[in-house]
Amino acid sequence: MKKKRFDLATLPERSAKGIDERFHASTPLRRMFNKVFPDHWSFMLGEIALYSFIVLLLTGTFLGLFFDPSMEEVKYDGVYTPLKGIEMSKAYESTLDISFEVRGGLIMRQMHHWAALLFMASIVVHMLRVFFTGAFRKPREANWMIGFLLFWLGFMEGLFGYSIPDDGLSGTGLRVINAITQSIPVIGSWAGFALFGGEFPGTVIIPRFYILHVLIFPAIILGLIAAHMGLLVKQKHTQWPGPGRTNKNVVGVRMFPGFAMKGGGFFMITFAVIAAMGGLFQINPIWLFGPYQASVISSASQPDWYVMFLDGIARLWPAWETRFELFGNGYTIPPIFWAAVVLPGVIVNIGLLYPFLEARFTKDKEQHHLLQRPRDTPVRTGLGMMALAFYLVLFASGGNDVIAQHFDISLNAMTWIGRIALLLAPPAAFWISYRIALGLQQHDREVLAHGVETGIIKRAPDGRFYEVHQPLGPVDDHGHGQLEYEGWVVPKKMNRIGALGPAIRGFFSPLEVEDKEARKGKAKELAGKK
Amino acid sequence: MSTQHNDSTFDPDEPHLTRFDLVREGARRDGVEIVHYEPRFAKAGTAAEKRVERTIAFWFMITGLAALAFVVVYVAWPWEYEFGGHLDKWYTPMLGATLGLALFGLGAAQIIWAKRLLPAEVSVQERHDDVDTVEQKLTGATLVNMGQELNVSRRPLLKGAIALGALPLGAAAVVPLGGMIVDPHGHGDPLFHTGFDAKQFNEGKPVRLVREDGTPIRPEDVSVGGQITAFPGVPHGTTNVHADSPTLLIHLRDNDAKLTRENLGRVEVNKGGMWQNFVAYSKICTHLGCPASLYEQQTNRLLCPCHQSQFLITDNAKPIFGPATRRLPMLPIGVDDEGFFYATSDYKVPVGAAFWERP
Repeated sequence: MKKKRFDLATLPERSAKGIDERFHASTPLRRMFNKVFPDHWSFMLGEIALYSFIVLLLTGTFLGLFFDPSMEEVKYDGVYTPLKGIEMSKAYESTLDISFEVRGGLIMRQMHHWAALLFMASIVVHMLRVFFTGAFRKPREANWMIGFLLFWLGFMEGLFGYSIPDDGLSGTGLRVINAITQSIPVIGSWAGFALFGGEFPGTVIIPRFYILHVLIFPAIILGLIAAHMGLLVKQKHTQWPGPGRTNKNVVGVRMFPGFAMKGGGFFMITFAVIAAMGGLFQINPIWLFGPYQASVISSASQPDWYVMFLDGIARLWPAWETRFELFGNGYTIPPIFWAAVVLPGVIVNIGLLYPFLEARFTKDKEQHHLLQRPRDTPVRTGLGMMALAFYLVLFASGGNDVIAQHFDISLNAMTWIGRIALLLAPPAAFWISYRIALGLQQHDREVLAHGVETGIIKRAPDGRFYEVHQPLGPVDDHGHGQLEYEGWVVPKKMNRIGALGPAIRGFFSPLEVEDKEARKGKAKELAGKK
Repeated sequence: MSTQHNDSTFDPDEPHLTRFDLVREGARRDGVEIVHYEPRFAKAGTAAEKRVERTIAFWFMITGLAALAFVVVYVAWPWEYEFGGHLDKWYTPMLGATLGLALFGLGAAQIIWAKRLLPAEVSVQERHDDVDTVEQKLTGATLVNMGQELNVSRRPLLKGAIALGALPLGAAAVVPLGGMIVDPHGHGDPLFHTGFDAKQFNEGKPVRLVREDGTPIRPEDVSVGGQITAFPGVPHGTTNVHADSPTLLIHLRDNDAKLTRENLGRVEVNKGGMWQNFVAYSKICTHLGCPASLYEQQTNRLLCPCHQSQFLITDNAKPIFGPATRRLPMLPIGVDDEGFFYATSDYKVPVGAAFWERP
């Protein structure tokens, strides 16, 4: 029998044929390779969130191999001597073991925590980008809502995550969660007892948060990320206006190899930053906090940064309690109900519905694929800055004791500054950003009409001085430019319109004089001249 | 997708077509026009191109070396924790530095490659927002037809049957969550009682105030102007089982005690709760339940470090600043025959954060 010769050269072709016959993959695959992505630095913010989530899954899986979410009391007998012999829960003990007795456990814990902070931070910044550029408008309302929910799911996921080590700090956080739950009218104490399986702290809250943290919430987040990305692919990315870019096309590079390669590189850089931070910067040193004890606390007790605004509102909200009698029984609505239940509820709903609210007020039913510069939508920009100011006052107030200590300000004054700023800062932010947006708009129009300032001062024969302006295009009889504003950057400096030539590129040595032959030739030429 | 416009006259095997012609045609069929495509270096193999290649190679080498260093550190570095040790404290930073560098090198190599070696490209892809009204109508008809095939509206019996069948099943799906329900006013009514409840936790015998290690406290153990955290002297009294019970026992100076005693009458439940110059208040903040533990001796204020509620000890622990709305509950105390503090009764009002049915 003759043995068939294995032909390596035709292998790719044959296997491609085999795959296509079975999966009919060549058309969809090529379409994916050829998908065009626009390029702008602000489009990578969401990518950071995606990549940190992948790091979270990887490091979280490692931690799951060693963590024991049990509230059973044990006596610590590990290598960290200061806690030797102290009663603690197994959850806390196993977190100590991960930190001290698992090889590489500490860096995994710290990477997990840093990645979580980065995940939330990049979501926020990404969300701001989408908001201020109007990327949420029709047809992308659903994706805005998914993204907004991802922030809140991430918020809960992070809260569960830092609660389960059962250390001194997180236990206090659990107690606050218990108090907030109990503040809900009518069902509060029932809800609190259902959550904690009885009186605080009980023995089930850590295992319950653990299952939420490692299974239920990650699954929902993963599903929503898939939907977020799926919609992005289906609806195609938005782009900035500019030459050749219209509402009906996408201008950029094809996904493979260019875009994918940059994305892959960017993933590695994100991963690198998290790894370096996880190794070099200490975070959440739970061994310093000790196990949770209901009677122990220290000052400067802050939650993770994304929860701090809630802590801020808990500090600022005045002591407004409602008490009343009904059928001879006294009832209470604690102030924290308004601060930590109603207010976040309002924020979530306004945020979720914002695309629809804006479309309604502006009577805008069009499809939008071109982004808007924040200056061109002063009201939206103002509203966004207003929300941001509100958030930042609460965020800063979440650490007002630390500010008071470091800047030597009275703690009580900090509370009052926060209360007043919470009312004054948002309208001020609206007004200031609204005026700035209008000013920038006007300046764009001015440059279009009168040209770029050249810095050349001329003196007229009659003695007047005036600056020469370089028009950007053809001018009319009055010397006014004829170009319309296109929603994109108007060049305002001479080197932007090629008058001065671009700066020489290259960090240590110029890249322009590159060709050695040419350089040699030039050198000879120069030598010849001498 | 409607982006495909198959040109049946296009023959990929035609000899004059280059591979890039095929690429361009493929992209065109996907609705993508490659409008600008230019190699980064007009002349292949120039010094400049070689330099970029060397840079990329350098970063790949860095990745290899750093990754190798990571593995070596992971395996060989003394990592086991020693209290006050030296080299082991560098284990985690070394891992972070090497892993970070390795990943950074790989990222840098890829990005430089993509930006400096891949051809400069501008492609334009068409969007197709126009809704295909024919398709829309066909799908609509299919949907409406589904309903018609079932035709529930013409079959009232089935309508009722579905309701009767589905509702109980829906209830059956939700009811198991009832396993989580615990009556907050059930056994011992825990929202209204603490570990100082003698009947529940100490067989009716008065409950002593004890330290964290369980030893009882004598008046002379607390210096004048000082304070101590006390727990109920019952089984598990000092643990989180009785998370509502931590109490601050304060030894007031004479004039402060006098003022406190005068003010005591203003709050009905606090009457007779002091023992000589000693008062005991719940340490659990009435705002959100943090331990209100920062006691300022000079002003007799107690500060909760979580949200800065402040309580005036000399006036029945009244909230004087911050978000708290209620006084800290007072634990009525006395001293028994053996000279130890004990609670003459449990707290008379609920301890900790407020809730709906709190009077």
